[in-house]
Amino acid sequence: MREFKRIVIKDLTKEFGHKAALSGFSLEVARGEFVTFLGPSGCGKSTALNCIAGLLPITRGGIFIDDECIDDGSKKVPPEKREFGMVFQNYALFPHLTVFQNVAFGLHLRRVSRAEVQQRVVAALTLVHLEGYQDKYPTQMSGGEQQRVAIARCIVLEPRLLMLDEPLSNLDAKLRIEMRYEILALHTRLGVTTIYVTHDQQEALALSDRICVMRSGRIQQVGTPVQVYSDPANLFVADFMGFKNLWPGRIRSLRETDTTVEVGVEAGGTLLSAHCAYGRSDPRRAALVAAFSAGAAVRTAIRPEEVHVAAGGTGNAGRARVALVEYQGQTSHVTAQTATGATVELRPSAPVRIGEDIALSIEPEKVFVFPENGGQP
Amino acid sequence: MTRGLRGGSVLLLLPAILFVVLLFVYPFAYGLLLSFTTEHGGLTLKNYVAFFGDPWELRTIWVTLKLAVPATILNVGLAIPLAYYMRHGGRGEKVITFFLILPMTLGTVLVAEGMLNYMGAAGWLNQLLLALGVARQPVQFTHNSLGVLLSLIIQGLPFAFLMILGYVSGINPDLEKASQMLGASKWQTFLRIMFPLMAPGIAICFCLVFVMEFSVFPTAVLLGQPSGPTRVISLAAYQWAFEKFDFHISSAITMTMAVIELVVISVVLGGRNRLQRSASMVGGKG
Repeated sequence: MREFKRIVIKDLTKEFGHKAALSGFSLEVARGEFVTFLGPSGCGKSTALNCIAGLLPITRGGIFIDDECIDDGSKKVPPEKREFGMVFQNYALFPHLTVFQNVAFGLHLRRVSRAEVQQRVVAALTLVHLEGYQDKYPTQMSGGEQQRVAIARCIVLEPRLLMLDEPLSNLDAKLRIEMRYEILALHTRLGVTTIYVTHDQQEALALSDRICVMRSGRIQQVGTPVQVYSDPANLFVADFMGFKNLWPGRIRSLRETDTTVEVGVEAGGTLLSAHCAYGRSDPRRAALVAAFSAGAAVRTAIRPEEVHVAAGGTGNAGRARVALVEYQGQTSHVTAQTATGATVELRPSAPVRIGEDIALSIEPEKVFVFPENGGQP
Repeated sequence: MTRGLRGGSVLLLLPAILFVVLLFVYPFAYGLLLSFTTEHGGLTLKNYVAFFGDPWELRTIWVTLKLAVPATILNVGLAIPLAYYMRHGGRGEKVITFFLILPMTLGTVLVAEGMLNYMGAAGWLNQLLLALGVARQPVQFTHNSLGVLLSLIIQGLPFAFLMILGYVSGINPDLEKASQMLGASKWQTFLRIMFPLMAPGIAICFCLVFVMEFSVFPTAVLLGQPSGPTRVISLAAYQWAFEKFDFHISSAITMTMAVIELVVISVVLGGRNRLQRSASMVGGKG
């Protein structure tokens, strides 16, 4: 493998006809990093992956390995010369070849000696726990086993970049968690630079060094799992990362300090105060100020676990009547209705009963407020 | 299926069995019997002797093979790259497919009539060749083996193309991408992945096209010289049956046809099996 420090994707745009599947996609992936493209179907994450692989011609922008341009739309290093590996959603194992021949395929193309092929294939199969499967055909194996072969087939070539396109979505729930663990263990052990595509936020949070959240062909936020989970860049990311209480409302008051914006939002049938830790240069701050001065519609974003039942019957976030209680083991997921008809989702620490009238309290630091249009970058 | 078929299910199969027996097994067995009997019902080999002993009759095998084998190889050989090129659809696919399928829908006779006019001595094709100076005098495209061969290609290519296209487009397109990502060039991908996966389909296609071409009849009469150079084996069988009214010799000829077809099919399918085995040995572990 040729050495490199980073893979740089600059302003990548892919259009199908006049429809942009990907616009202005820019990202740097450092060597050894595990980056996940996360988003709902049709968000452009697979398009981005195929462009980086060279399987789709790009419309504009460029892909670089350090300073070497491998694709700028006109000049292009073909996929087979990029030394990238790809694991496909349906595994794409060659049905007429045995497991050994599948894994050895790339090595034979590189004219590696027989003894070395033998040794490297066995090592790769051992790494994915498939010792003794060499002579089986793909059709004789389960989905999880085929997935392991697909991974072995890539890593045996020591690719500069390993790309996985929704690799777990065809597996059942239990196997998915097992394979997720395997992929993480493999990455920790080998340190292969990896781009992983998924629509499952749990997978993204569990595996990634950084997550790139996408929607409609545009990057919404790039950050560590902690950043994306706890500090969403806009309403879409908040919604996608499990912020539930997205009440429509309007900003009634706004006060700025150097590090925070404190707003009063009329939403969910009450006046909520929100303390958003947005610095001076944070675009979210400008968006809030603009929404306040225009009197524009906004939405709150509050995680269910941050909505508490107030002791003593008075809270800072109004009242609601319990409508549904969903038992989930450690806690229950409760759906309640406010007098104005807003739906409140919460996970109270103490049990509540259906029909019970509860007072709500929410810490102002846990309330996010975004312009209704999603604050799209 | 360890329990075998019980009474009820045999009853359900009966219409199908009856159909096959009445329309295939019985006529075939009757023909086979005819070919080994005399007019008076005695067993004999004289029908076969009459065919194999007469050079004029025997050469129809050679005449037919000389048409059917090149036609089949050309049809399948042209259909493979065409179908491979169009495996993802793409630009102009509908137009190309339309023009390929058109001759099939028009029927043999219409195409033959068209060719007689278009490719005849005073036809457009020859006028064009003369005007361009490619030919000094009209090229004879019809009333010879070339005419029959051309019409077999016009008629057979669409069939081979559609069949192979069906096989190629049935191959998971990710396999091709996977091969590329593993470092294979387009040609290596075709050779090592796509062709071995297409091979079973190609073999079947070859067999069907061959059987079709081997029993060529109308074009050999219309576009060839049925009195000699393109007197194909099916024509011989026809003449014995309906001109000389000897169904025994005619049956012997058709049985000979069936045997030749079976031999070719088993050679091709046997070759396919060997090919598949060697394809899966590509890069064996030594």
